[in-house]
Amino acid sequence: MTRPQEVPAAAPVARGSRWHWLLVVPVVVPLLVFLYNSRDPYLWGFPRFYWLQLAFILLGVGTTTLVYQLTKRR
Amino acid sequence: MKDHLAEIVIATAIFVVVAGLGFWAARWRRPTDMAHLNEWGLGGRNFGSWVTWFLIGGDLYTAYTFVAVPALLFGAGATGFFAVPYTVIVYPMVFVVLLRLWSVSHRHGFVTPADFVRARSGSSTMALLVAITGIVATMPYIALQLVGIEAVLKTMRVEPTWALIIAFAVLAAFTYQSGLRAPALIAFVKDALIYLVIIVAVIYIPYKLGGWHKIFDAADTKFAKTNGTLLNPANQWQYVTLALGSAMALFLYPHSVTGVLASRNRDVVKRNMAALPAYSFLLGLIALLGYMAIAAKVKPVATGGKADTNTVVPVLFDQLFPHWFAGVAFAAVAIGALVPAAIMSIAAANLFTRNIYKEYLRRGATAAQEARVSKITSLVVKAGAVAVILLISPQFSIDLQLIGGVIILQTLPAVAVGLYTRWLHRWGLVAGWAVGMGLGMWMLYQIPNPATNHAHFGGSAFPLAKWFDPTAIGLNAKATVFVGFIAVLANLVVAVLGTLLCRALRVPDGVDGTTPQDYLADSPGDGTGSSYRDDLAVHPVSTA
Repeated sequence: MTRPQEVPAAAPVARGSRWHWLLVVPVVVPLLVFLYNSRDPYLWGFPRFYWLQLAFILLGVGTTTLVYQLTKRR
Repeated sequence: MKDHLAEIVIATAIFVVVAGLGFWAARWRRPTDMAHLNEWGLGGRNFGSWVTWFLIGGDLYTAYTFVAVPALLFGAGATGFFAVPYTVIVYPMVFVVLLRLWSVSHRHGFVTPADFVRARSGSSTMALLVAITGIVATMPYIALQLVGIEAVLKTMRVEPTWALIIAFAVLAAFTYQSGLRAPALIAFVKDALIYLVIIVAVIYIPYKLGGWHKIFDAADTKFAKTNGTLLNPANQWQYVTLALGSAMALFLYPHSVTGVLASRNRDVVKRNMAALPAYSFLLGLIALLGYMAIAAKVKPVATGGKADTNTVVPVLFDQLFPHWFAGVAFAAVAIGALVPAAIMSIAAANLFTRNIYKEYLRRGATAAQEARVSKITSLVVKAGAVAVILLISPQFSIDLQLIGGVIILQTLPAVAVGLYTRWLHRWGLVAGWAVGMGLGMWMLYQIPNPATNHAHFGGSAFPLAKWFDPTAIGLNAKATVFVGFIAVLANLVVAVLGTLLCRALRVPDGVDGTTPQDYLADSPGDGTGSSYRDDLAVHPVSTA
């Protein structure tokens, strides 16, 4: 039986930690007001201000999922 | 009241079923011994991905959020939409931080953020400050959940006082009995109902109102004078700093930490960081209910001549949904209040028990005594919340909660920075906390709110012009920023300077009770979650 606790957990985490920097992207992008502070173009009746900020949720989910997969213990 | 009979009957019936579920929850994943904080206060520290997703989702996205955020868009336009960037950036931001917190807490059996600070900084003073800050910030948040229920009751023209007391008495009773298992189980029902209601709302209401463009047109017309459906140079920095500051604050709240620590292993935390934004999407749609209310020409319920904008969403549902479905929606909001209120009261009770009772009142308290004190404290906390709402005023708790968001941020250097480095000296942390608190309170004191006729504590947007001419650094003359953001920056600067000073004077550091491996530890693969320690162990768990 393997005992995961005895394996120094530092190894995989340290290796994956470079990927953690990817998480900066979905933190910074939604704070850049000039990207979305406008009405045009509209999407399904939504002004850009509203649809683009909702779209950033996909950016967040995508990046976080990617980092999760890349840093998973194998 | 007669028109609302169908709504009242359906909402009450759902509420009763859910309350029953809360009592039954004590038998769910039944532990061998409930008289332990790991069981009563953290549900066995063994929740998997799904339970955690519902639990944290139900914990963070509260009934108050569901009525207050659309009320903000209804009343102020685009600035209220900050809730979306806030809840988008928070998960990537705390991803790594929470993993470290989970691991070190798992290794050492920490139940609260103050437990961690105690062991890490070796300073019982800083731990006490973190515990008190947490309790003070959480209490008004619990009271605000009542505001969510109250908005629904007002819309159904039910006199709120007794209904509120009964609702909270039921909540207090099942939380006392079942602990964290109750909100975890109820969260399934709550979130299923909320998702159902909102999905129906965002399809059905725009259809009734003639499409999304009609809704945004109505908002554009209402805010035409200020172009308020977009940001302007005066409020965009407030928007950004409020989103960022709120995101930094969210997982410092003790109830958020409770949700995270109850999960089984690191993978559960990671998966949830990726999956929780589903709730942010829901929140974005809920926010837009405020504009739908504008398009539907909703008149908020007025009590004593003052219109209560928190009622716009319930009134919108009341006007546009068939009565029976409005009843379902109202039940969703009311239950939406129970889940976070239960978790918050558990978190506040745990802080009191672990970091005040055990630290100062009864050093050698046994696990069973801790659990008992926590259960009783959770009752006291909820009674206090009801008293504040009924005896003082809901506006008082809204003001307090605003302050709460600013003060909880002041625990960031001790908790979040502490998870990475213990370079900051314990007395530097204490000094930073004191300066951050003082500055934050002083800034909040200077902000009036013309809408409620308050001269002080009227909002969190601080006009920079009070200090210097913002145009000198290229900002708009009326530019505002989030108070908490400035206060936490000052806190960090003082903590660094204080650390340098303490080192120069050779003031001894505290003893670090943790090791670097503790921050990377995971639970054994068997998933029983039975490896937790119930003392503040200094040495890592032996796995032999």
